[in-house]
Amino acid sequence: MSVAVLIEHREGHVSRPSLEALTLARTLGEPVAVWLGDAPTADAVAQLGEYGATEVRVAAVGADARLPAKAAAAVAAATEDATVVVVISTFANKEIVTRLAVLTGAGVVVDAAGAELVEGKVETTQTVFAATWNVRTRIDAERAIVGVRPNTTQASPAASPVEPNVVDIAVELPETRETVVSVEPIPQADGVALDEAPVVVSGGRGTGGDYSLIQDFAELLGGAVGASRDATDEGWISHEHMVGQTGTTVTPALYVACGISGAVHHRGGMQASGTIVAINMDPDAPIFEISDFGVVGSLFDVIPQAIERIAAHRAG
Amino acid sequence: MRILVTVKHTPDLQSNRSFTEGTVTRTAEDGSMNELDENAVEAALQLVEAAGEGEVYALTVGGPDAVAAVRKALQLGAHHAIHVSDAAIAGSDVFGTAKVIAAAVRKVHDEAPLDLVITGMAALDGLTSMLPTALAAELDWSQLTLASGLTVADGEATIVRHLPDARETVSAPLPAVVSVTDEANKPRYPNFKLIMAARKAEVATWSLADLGVDASAVGAGAARTTVVDASERPPRENRVKITDTGEGGNALADFLIEKGLA
Ligand SMILES: Cc1cc2nc3c(=O)[nH]c(=O)nc-3n(C[C@H](O)[C@H](O)[C@H](O)COP(=O)(O)OP(=O)(O)OC[C@H]3O[C@@H](n4cnc5c(N)ncnc54)[C@H](O)[C@@H]3O)c2cc1C
Repeated sequence: MSVAVLIEHREGHVSRPSLEALTLARTLGEPVAVWLGDAPTADAVAQLGEYGATEVRVAAVGADARLPAKAAAAVAAATEDATVVVVISTFANKEIVTRLAVLTGAGVVVDAAGAELVEGKVETTQTVFAATWNVRTRIDAERAIVGVRPNTTQASPAASPVEPNVVDIAVELPETRETVVSVEPIPQADGVALDEAPVVVSGGRGTGGDYSLIQDFAELLGGAVGASRDATDEGWISHEHMVGQTGTTVTPALYVACGISGAVHHRGGMQASGTIVAINMDPDAPIFEISDFGVVGSLFDVIPQAIERIAAHRAG
Repeated sequence: MRILVTVKHTPDLQSNRSFTEGTVTRTAEDGSMNELDENAVEAALQLVEAAGEGEVYALTVGGPDAVAAVRKALQLGAHHAIHVSDAAIAGSDVFGTAKVIAAAVRKVHDEAPLDLVITGMAALDGLTSMLPTALAAELDWSQLTLASGLTVADGEATIVRHLPDARETVSAPLPAVVSVTDEANKPRYPNFKLIMAARKAEVATWSLADLGVDASAVGAGAARTTVVDASERPPRENRVKITDTGEGGNALADFLIEKGLA
C-alpha cells in the first residue's frame, strides 16, 4: 500500500512532526514524501530516506499554494496512486485535505492521535469533547486521509535507510476565486515550536504579565512557552503562544500550567498531554482536576525553588 | 446585505455527554448554540448594521433539539431562522452535512441572492474546522476561512487570517463562505426584548424533500467514515496535590526528576 506523507518544512528543514508522520506511515505501508515548494536540499532528502521515504515527490508551487484549493490540487497530482495520505493536523492542512477529499472522494479524519490498518481499512484514534473522550473511527472510503497531531508518534528512523528518488511533479494549479493579497511572515520564537515541543510551560493571568520565570523554567526543561487566552488578550505575550481550543492544541510529554485556572477552553487544548503539572494559588482551581502533580501556591515562590533544585541536581 | 449564518447545536462542554451507536447523545437542556458561532452571528449583524440595510438568516441542521441554536441566534438579533431536520440526515459526515447546508443556502439564495455565508471557526464539540471549506467547495463560492478580520466593499470580501507562520490577507468576490475566529469580534449579549420576541418567532422547518436532496446522498450510509468505538477517558491515576508551605518548589522538582522529566 502506498502511503503519501505531506512534509512540513521551513527554510529547507523538515519539521519534527513530519518525521513522526513518516514513522507512522511506515506502519501503514510504503511511505512516499510529498514536498510542496522549492526543491529540497540533499540533506533533507537524505533525512526523509532515513525515515523510510522511498520517493520524494516535489511540486514546485509558489506562495499561491497558500490557497487551500491550489495546494489540494498539487497534493492530488502528487498522490494519485496513494491509498492513504498522511498530513500534520494544522488549521491550514485541515482545509487542504478537505479540498483533497472533495476531489478524490477520500474519507478524512483529522486531529488523530494514531492510525492503524484493521482488515485492510485505516482506523484512527482521536480525542473529542475537550479531550475527555477517546474515539476510534474507521475510514470506509477507498482512499483515506489522516491528519495526525504532533507528538503522538515517537519519531524513529527506519531499520535500514533508503535513498529516495526525487521526482518532479508537474501541476497545473486551478484558477481560484480567492487572491492572496499579502503574506506577512511571523518571526519564529527561538527554540522549539509550541505544537512540536516535548515540554510546554504555560503562564496565565496569574503571571501578572511577567513571563521571565515561565521562560526560565521552559528553557531549563527544554520546552516552549505557552499562554492562556487571557494572557494573550492582555497583550502580555503574542497570539502564537496561546494554548487551547481556539489556539494551539498541544500534547507534550510534560505540560506545566502556571497561574492558569483551567477553563474548559484551555483544557481542551492540553488535556491529552502526558504528565500535567499545575501551580495555582487557588486550591479549587479546575486545573487541579486534571493535573498529575499540583502545587497550591504562588508561582513566584514555587518556580524559582524548583529551578534551583533541578539545576543543583543536574550539577550533581 | 443578505447574510446566512450557520449555527450548530452543541452539547454544553461542562456537562456530561455520551455516545450511543457512534453518535452523540444529547438532551434538550444539554447545550445550546456552539459558542464559536456567536462570533459568526456577531460578524453578520455588524455588517448589516454598517450597511444600514439587509437581513441575517440563521440556519441549523439537526434533530428536534437543534432548534435551540437558531432561537439563540434570533435572541442575538438574527431576522430569520431555518431549521433543517430529517431523520435521514443522522450520522452524516462533514461532506454530507455540507451537502445539506449547501442545498438550504441555495434555496435562500434563489429567493433573493445572498452576499455571504458566515460560520464559526469550529464546533467546540468536534473541532475539525472542515465544514466551512467543504461548504465553499460544495457551493463553488469563494472560500475565506479563519478570518480574524473581515471587510466587505464593492462586491468583494477581504479577510485577515492568522496562521502560525504568517498573517495573510485574502480577498475574493461575493458570494463567499467566510469562517470567523473568536478574535474577529466580541459577541453581544441578547437583550430582553429580543429574548421575548425569539420565543414566539417563526422558525422555518425544512426536510430533505423540501431541499431536493436525495436521502441516500447523506446520512450514515453515505458517510465515508464510521465511529467504531467511543469511551470516556479514564481519570488520571495517582494524582498528587500539595500545598506550598515553603517546600513546594522542591517537591515539584523532585517529582519531575523522579519521573525523568527534568
Ligand atoms: C469561545 C471561547 C474560546 C476560548 N478559547 C480559549 C483558548 O483556546 N485558550 C484559553 O486559554 N482560553 C480560551 N478561552 C478563555 C477561557 O474561557 C478562560 O477565560 C481563560 O483560559 C482564562 O485564562 P487564565 O486561566 O489565565 O485566567 P483566570 O481564569 O483568571 O485564572 C488565573 C489563575 O491564576 C491563579 N493565580 C493568580 N495569581 C497566582 C500566582 N501568583 N501564582 C499561581 N497562581 C496564581 C488564580 O488562582 C487563577 O486560577 C476561550 C473563551 C471563549 C468564550
